[in-house]
Amino acid sequence: MADYKINADSFKLAHIEKEAQEHISTPSLTFTQDAFRRLKKNKVAMVSLWILCIMIFLSVISIWFSPHNPNTQHLNWNNLPPKLGNLNIPGFNGHGLVRGEYIDAYKASKVPDGTWFALGTDSLGRDLLSRILAGTRVSLFVAFMATLFDLTIGIIYGIVSGWNGGMIDNILQRIIEIISSVPNLVVVILMLLVFKPGLLSIIVAIAFTGWVTMARLIRAQTLQLRDQEFILAAKTLGESPIKIAWKHLIPNLSSTIIIQTMFTIPTAIFFEAFLSYIGIGIPAPKASLGTLLSDGQKNFRFLPYQMVYPAIVISVLMLAFNLLADGLRDAFDPRSAR
Amino acid sequence: MAEQKKEVLVSVKDLQQFFNLGKKDEVRAIQDITFDIYRGETLGLVGESGSGKTTTGRAIIRLYKPTSGEIMFNGKDIAKLKNGSKEMQEFRRETQMIFQDPYASLNPRMKVKDIIAEGIDIHHLAKNDKDRDEQVANLLELVGLNPDHATRYPHEFSGGQRQRIGIARALAVQPQFIIADEPISALDVSIQAQVVNLLKEIQEKRNLTYLFIAHDLSMVKYISDRIAVMHNGRLVELSTASEVYNHPLHPYTKSLLSAIPIPDPEVERKRRPQPYDSSMEEDGQKRTMVEITPEHFVYAAAGEVEGYKAAAAAYNA
Ligand SMILES: Nc1ncnc2c1ncn2[C@@H]1O[C@H](COP(=O)(O)OP(=O)(O)OP(=O)(O)O)[C@@H](O)[C@H]1O
Ligand SMILES: [Mg+2]
Repeated sequence: MADYKINADSFKLAHIEKEAQEHISTPSLTFTQDAFRRLKKNKVAMVSLWILCIMIFLSVISIWFSPHNPNTQHLNWNNLPPKLGNLNIPGFNGHGLVRGEYIDAYKASKVPDGTWFALGTDSLGRDLLSRILAGTRVSLFVAFMATLFDLTIGIIYGIVSGWNGGMIDNILQRIIEIISSVPNLVVVILMLLVFKPGLLSIIVAIAFTGWVTMARLIRAQTLQLRDQEFILAAKTLGESPIKIAWKHLIPNLSSTIIIQTMFTIPTAIFFEAFLSYIGIGIPAPKASLGTLLSDGQKNFRFLPYQMVYPAIVISVLMLAFNLLADGLRDAFDPRSAR
Repeated sequence: MAEQKKEVLVSVKDLQQFFNLGKKDEVRAIQDITFDIYRGETLGLVGESGSGKTTTGRAIIRLYKPTSGEIMFNGKDIAKLKNGSKEMQEFRRETQMIFQDPYASLNPRMKVKDIIAEGIDIHHLAKNDKDRDEQVANLLELVGLNPDHATRYPHEFSGGQRQRIGIARALAVQPQFIIADEPISALDVSIQAQVVNLLKEIQEKRNLTYLFIAHDLSMVKYISDRIAVMHNGRLVELSTASEVYNHPLHPYTKSLLSAIPIPDPEVERKRRPQPYDSSMEEDGQKRTMVEITPEHFVYAAAGEVEGYKAAAAAYNA
């Protein structure tokens, strides 16, 4: 050890290959790919996503393959309990209390052998499952429209306001304050003066007010982004404002957009259900989760299934959207995750 | 550079840029800015933080609308051009900017090749996609990056590499004039020299004119042919690099120079930073850029010219 001599020959220059030094070995992931990778790791969000996909699929497919017509009344077959074919599962075997006796309600009402209603019938003899599917479709349609307004009015309004700043921003923000100071319910009731109660007035009301939060968030972010150097660079290159919005702002706003949309949707679904529940939403023969709940509530003590199933569906729907929104937020904005 | 007949490329006259004009919080960011930039030279612009260097650069490249004044570029006044007009688009192609923050100056959601080709797309400089890719590859090579990295995203690069991408983006439209706003102050010292040398190299290859903004004199002296010193929104002194460095006249320039550490312990020990008393600017006298000795301008009132002339003569004695 001690007599080991170090001389110049012991050293030689390390050979650094320029190519190797500059080489990047990790796979190239875009921000979005990275976010979805994180989302996939979030089990709750993925389960929610699947549940939503299934619900959307079922409610759409039921336009053509509904078990029964959701609006056909069978006055003799009213208030039948759930029955799943001839399977004898308790709760789904067609037995129920008829005038104080626990009997096969289907026999008592003389329902032909091959006919059954998976979730029972309501007080007018309409198939509850078909009505729930139709009602879910209404909810999802409202959600879709709310998203559409968020993505059009909300984003454009926010970008215009934040990008221009100054006077324009001032005016646009005052308008938003006025809009958001009027309660939604008042808007709907005013709407009823012009339109008949129904989907149209709900959607017009959402078009009026639903996009306000999105516009605010987008404006705040645009204010931050517009002074970023990459935006200045685009300006010095001569890019037009519209192209800057499309190529630079929107991609950088995408996480906010996705997250906020996912929070708008349950709000809109609940809004429609609530209006229908109190009787100024979807009108009588048509099904909506709100009207189903309010009908079911009348018979809740005797025929609980008429309220329980719609309640489960709307709860699952809202919960799934909210949990997915949470998951998306964590995926797109890793700092917000715990 | 000095031997050739000097052709003025950019001529700024009485440029003023106020923010929030007419409001309570009005900021007079720059005032009375007058200077010329010759074709092919590098003009260094130095001054402390908040002195208005960035504002000057951005006003000249028309990121702001100047409050008043004239900016002649190639003989055309571009101070009043409207954004989007044909002349403006032409100016946008001929003048480019390199930014300070290599992390904020590249859109994180775009591929490197689309970042670099942005100007090519805007000004339709590529015949087809293949031509576009080729131009991008050439630019990457020019700035010393591996062309294979064109499909990657900015976050995969280091600060120095990102700054090179920013330089490539500016060069893509084949500009004549580049404003570099502290292009190296966010970089490691070891990388700074690389980037400065790259800028010099490209300047020679492409016969570019630079306005090089920085806040310390030492790097500016290395890259600049002439140096302009800013203080408090005004230009206080302008001359060749060696004149400003060796024969400073304005007290602010002297103070700035006295703050530079000297890499010689003997001398450094004796260095005394000279404080600058800015109250002399506030005496209400009208000041303009006066040519004290040939090519050496100082922001002076009529009564101060003699004093500066004497000081200049004393240097040469
Ligand atoms: N958009 C703006 N609105 C209002 N005031 C501004 C704006 N931009 C700059 N200013 C002000 O103008 C003055 C000059 O700022 P500028 O950014 O040009 O300084 P600088 O010399 O580049 O400083 P630094 O070395 O820190 O980059 C500062 O007082 C600043 O507060
Ligand atoms: Mg600056």
